[in-house]
Order: sequence, then C-alpha cells, then structure tokens
Amino acid sequence: MPIDAAVATDRAATRATGHERWHAVWRNAFPFLVCGAVWEIVARAGIFPPRLFPPLEVVAAALVRLTIAGILPHHALDTLLRLLSGFAIAAVGGVAIGIAMARSRLAEDIFLPLVAVAAPIPGLAYAPLFLLWFGLGNVSAVLLVGFVAMFPVIFNTWSGVKAVKEIWLRSAQAMGADNRRMFTHVIAPGALPYILTGLRLGLAQAWRILVAVEMLAAVPWGLGWMIFGAREFLNTDVMLSGIAVIAVIGLTLEKQVFQRLENYTVVRWGMMTQ
Amino acid sequence: MTAKQDRQRSMLRATLSIAAAAAIYEALARSGIFAAALLPPLGSVFKALWDSLADGTMELHALFTMYRVMFGFGLAVAIGIPLGILMARFQRIENFLLPLVSALMPIPSFALVPLFMLWFGIGNTTTVLIVFYAATFPMLFNTWSGVRSVNPIWLRAAGAMGADERRLFWKVIIPGAAPFIIAGMRQSFLRAWIAVVGAEMIAASDWGLGWVIFDAKEFLNADLMVASLIVIGAIGFMTERLVFGSLERLTVMRWGMLRDARS
Repeated sequence: MPIDAAVATDRAATRATGHERWHAVWRNAFPFLVCGAVWEIVARAGIFPPRLFPPLEVVAAALVRLTIAGILPHHALDTLLRLLSGFAIAAVGGVAIGIAMARSRLAEDIFLPLVAVAAPIPGLAYAPLFLLWFGLGNVSAVLLVGFVAMFPVIFNTWSGVKAVKEIWLRSAQAMGADNRRMFTHVIAPGALPYILTGLRLGLAQAWRILVAVEMLAAVPWGLGWMIFGAREFLNTDVMLSGIAVIAVIGLTLEKQVFQRLENYTVVRWGMMTQ
Repeated sequence: MTAKQDRQRSMLRATLSIAAAAAIYEALARSGIFAAALLPPLGSVFKALWDSLADGTMELHALFTMYRVMFGFGLAVAIGIPLGILMARFQRIENFLLPLVSALMPIPSFALVPLFMLWFGIGNTTTVLIVFYAATFPMLFNTWSGVRSVNPIWLRAAGAMGADERRLFWKVIIPGAAPFIIAGMRQSFLRAWIAVVGAEMIAASDWGLGWVIFDAKEFLNADLMVASLIVIGAIGFMTERLVFGSLERLTVMRWGMLRDARS
C-alpha cells in the first residue's frame, strides 16, 4: 500500500510539473503565434506585393528547400567557422594583452592609449581599410571580426586581473605560492568571471559584425552574403529564412554556450550566483 | 604627491606610446613596402581631413550621420523606456513581450539591412530604422531590469508614508531605475553609432560618414578613409564622454546613487 501511494503521489507530481511545462511552452509560444497570425493576415491581404512580403508558408518552404539542397547548411557552416576563427583570435589575443596590461605597468602604459583610441570607433568603420589591405574574402572578414571582438576581451580581462583581491594575493604569497602557482591558482580563477564576461561580450560583438562583414567582403559562402545576394533577385523568402537561421544561431550561442560555461566554472566555484 | 607623479609618468608614457606608434606607421608608410594608396603617410591623412573640413563636405557628412543616429536613437528611447517600464510593472505584458524580445535580440541589425532596403528603398528611412532596431533592445532591457531592481523597501517605505501611485512612480521608481536607464541609453547610443556606420555602408545613399569610407575605398583614397575614421571616432567618443557623462553627473551621481570612480 505505501508503495502504491508513493507511486501515485509521484505520478501526480510528474503530472503537475508536466502541466506546468506545457503552460510555460504555451506562454512562450503564444506571442509568436499572435505575431505570425498578424504577419499572415497582412501578407494575404495583398497590401504589399507578395514578392516583398511573402506569407509564412512560402518562407518555411524556402527554408526546407534550401536546407534539403544543402545550400543553407553550407552557408551557416561557413559563417560559424568564420565566427569561431575570428573569436579565437580575439580570445587569445585579448586575454594575453589584458593580462599583460594588468600585470605590468609598462605594458599598460603602452597598450592602454592605443586601445582607448581604437576602441570607440565602430568596428565596421575599419572594414573598408581591412578590405583594402587584405583584399576581398575570408582573410579580411576573419581578421576584422577578431580585431573588433578583441576590445571587450582586453578591457574585461584587464579590469578582472586588477580586481583580484590584494588579500588573496598576499595570503597565497604567505603560504609560499611561487609566481606560476599564484597565476594559475589565484589570479586566473579570480579574474575568470570578468574574463568570461569579456568573452561573452566579444562573441556577441563578433556575431553582430560578422553578418555585415560578409555582405561587404564578398565571401563566397555565408549567411550574410546569402541574404545580401537574395536582395538582387527579390527573393524575400530566402532572406527571411536566412534571418531566421541567424536568430537561431544567435540564441543558441547565448543560451547554450555561455550560460553553460558560466555554470560549469564560476557559478560552481561560488563566485557568481545564477 | 606620489599619485600625481605616477599619473604624470603614465601620461608621459601614453604620449610616448602614441608617438611611437605614429612614428612606426609613418616609417612603414614612407618605406614604400606598401603602396602609398593603401598606407598613406600621416601628413596626407591630416591634409585630407583638413581639406574635407575646410570645404564643408565632412561637416555635411557628419551632419547627415548625426541626424540619422539621433532620429533612430530618439525613437528607441521614446519606445524602449515606456515599454520597459510596462514590462516591469505588468506581468501580462512581460509574458507577451519577453519571448519576442529574446528571439529578436540575437539578430544582428545588419542582417535586416537588405530586407529593409527592399521594403523602404535606399536612404534615410532604412538607415533610421536600422539604428532604431539596434538601439531599442539595450534600452528596453536596461529599463526593464532597472525598474525590477528598485529596492522593495523603498516602495514600501514610500507607500507607508502615503505616496499614491503617481508619486510612487515619479519619486521612487523612476529615480531608482535611473542608473540602469542611463546605462541603457549609453549602451544603445553605442549600438546606434555602430549600426549607422554599417547601414550607411551597405544601404549607400550619397551622404554620411559610413558612405564616405566605403566610397573612398572604390577610389583607393585611403587618406580620406582614415580621416573619416578619425571623425567617426572623435564624434562617438565626445558624445559618450560629454553628453552621457554629464547626464550621469547631473542625475544619478548628484542623487548619490552612483559614485564617480575617479574621485
């Protein structure tokens, strides 16, 4: 009998959480349904030419068609590769420069004015200069993305390393930590919340700028290029499906990559609450 | 005393560092390893800057860009702040808008440029709308979290002292959320400034700083390109420091909600 009762309550509990989950799904889906319905009504009312304002099923058909043909995955893959290589440059360079700036006065005095002058200029403004120097194509795109995404990484790493509590450093020293262990065991973990924030900002910046760079740099494949090229042929459905893929990638980057990373490291160490 | 000396030494080193960078650049430019059209010496950059300023074209380009930024940014503030407040105060509005906002936010504004070009043509409308799109989300998000983070004790204290809804809103919620709102304005201006340059490049009209840079590329006018880069950087920097810095000093710092890091 007690076992049965336990099972029953267990089932009731799962049903309740299941119900709640459905409620949450419905709550999140509802706004999209409303917007989709409005879009559909406007598209079918014929106020705008359907070529420019296609109904949703045409967009969905384009999405499916391009995915099956392998065109959309190829574009998306190239964009992601470009994003990752640009971001890798930014992460490695930015963290290295940031740590150097925070640990050595000389490096700070040398780099800070240069960074302070270059950072406030919008990243895309450098695009024509990079195109001129490195030519149209991948090299310019990746370098520009890396260059632009580096600034938030530098700034955050720099202030993170500087914000490591003096008392931690002194107590580690008193306990006999040498320079290397001081770095790996005290400074790096202490600065990590800031560095992660910087990486996150850098990735967001890289992502925002990459799409535009792909339009300007005339790369052979890439979502930005696909959207830009579709304009020539008035393929609004292709454009909208490209934008949808971009939204999904952006959302995944934010929710899956960085929040997870944060949970695994700094939240688990108790340096930051969720 | 030592702090002052320290700062002087830093200033000296900063000047030296910039001067050294300029010297290296100049040496590279003059060495002839790279074509002069690609790597113009500083002299010709400043000459290009001076010439374009003297005949008024640069000012006109800057004026067009500023007009687009201010229009888009103004719209973003006018819509973002009220929406953010509504989202924070009413659960239903939050439930409706939050999923939409979090789905739209990761779409870079530039991805919409080709679409907007189709819908609205080339020119001011497209650029202003792109700026608006880029600037709205930080504004909305910051206002929302600012209003939500107003200390509940203040609300209860004001309520206990007999504040009605309207006074609660104007005297407690708005000042309480102000640091977030101003930070949001700062962020969204930065976004707007980035967006306008990109939008002007892609949706090229014939005026605007972004367009100058992009157009100069076609004619290999690297000196004009660097000159307009300087102008873009200077305007962005000055707006950030002068406008938003003084806004912050006049409001939240005076109310004692945020301390100046420098003092």
